[in-house]
Amino acid sequence: MSIELLVFLIAGAICLGGALGVVVSHNPVHAALSLVATLFGVAVLFVAEDAHFLAAVQVIVYAGAIVVLFLFVIMLLGVDRTERLDEEPIVGQRILAAVVGLAMLALPLVAILSTTDADGNVVATGQVGVLGTPTEAQDFNVAEIGEVLFTDYLFAFEITSVLLVIAVVGAVMLSKRVKGEPLAIDADEISNDDPDPVDEPDDSADDANAEISA
Amino acid sequence: MMLAATTVTPAWYLVLASMLFAIGGVGLLVRRNPLVMFMCVELMLNAVTLTFVTFSRMLDDVGGQVVVVFVLVVAAAEVVVGLGLVVAIIRKKPGATADDLSVLKG
Repeated sequence: MSIELLVFLIAGAICLGGALGVVVSHNPVHAALSLVATLFGVAVLFVAEDAHFLAAVQVIVYAGAIVVLFLFVIMLLGVDRTERLDEEPIVGQRILAAVVGLAMLALPLVAILSTTDADGNVVATGQVGVLGTPTEAQDFNVAEIGEVLFTDYLFAFEITSVLLVIAVVGAVMLSKRVKGEPLAIDADEISNDDPDPVDEPDDSADDANAEISA
Repeated sequence: MMLAATTVTPAWYLVLASMLFAIGGVGLLVRRNPLVMFMCVELMLNAVTLTFVTFSRMLDDVGGQVVVVFVLVVAAAEVVVGLGLVVAIIRKKPGATADDLSVLKG
């Protein structure tokens, strides 16, 4: 068994196991940790596909920042109660979701497998190396990605910075409390939703929100 | 054994990515907790980035990897705004699930 096959099988199993863990976990914290497993599995697959830079970014940005943000919000809001998955809020929803999921799986599978030739190469994607900048055979392609990013994709890169600024400003505005809005939650509002309200006072949540947004 | 002669072709990665995408999609449809729904969206985004990297290698074009960088940035922005929304909603209605946000239902 070749090394690449072994790596693919193990990393793929970790990916799928983590993904299933996200979907079936009762506790959001467990779901977040399963997500970390999937992200690491994808990072390993990136390495296997010679995308070393993306593998590093995947671990740093996704597992390091985004999942920590998730966990931070879970802890902050005290929403780490277990969710009851055995009951179905909308009748027939699970069945419909399964049908849609199978369709989502079947569509790409048909597209991939029907266009795969005997060698296992997907042929419906155009010719190799006719588009854009061909990659050079080298171990680390960071310089290559940087070059393309700051020449061909410069406009998209600049727009990305605008997007980030908008996101930060939007998050700050969202987490800001409107002046005069009461801190206490009305009893009749929560009575039909959930018997146990959040334990933490809202003031501490406000302070930490500003940190998240920053 | 048959596995000994098997090599990992790009189609394998694409099949794995579509499986990840389908699992994420089902999770998004089934789960109620807004945070877990966000995690399922992240799963779907990861499946797509895996597809991009696979095509990047297949077509010998580094542009696919550059697109993944943009996907990462957009995912980060989406998480920041989305979690801000979740915080704002849950502060008003503790324990709110996606079912409780049916104001626009009419």
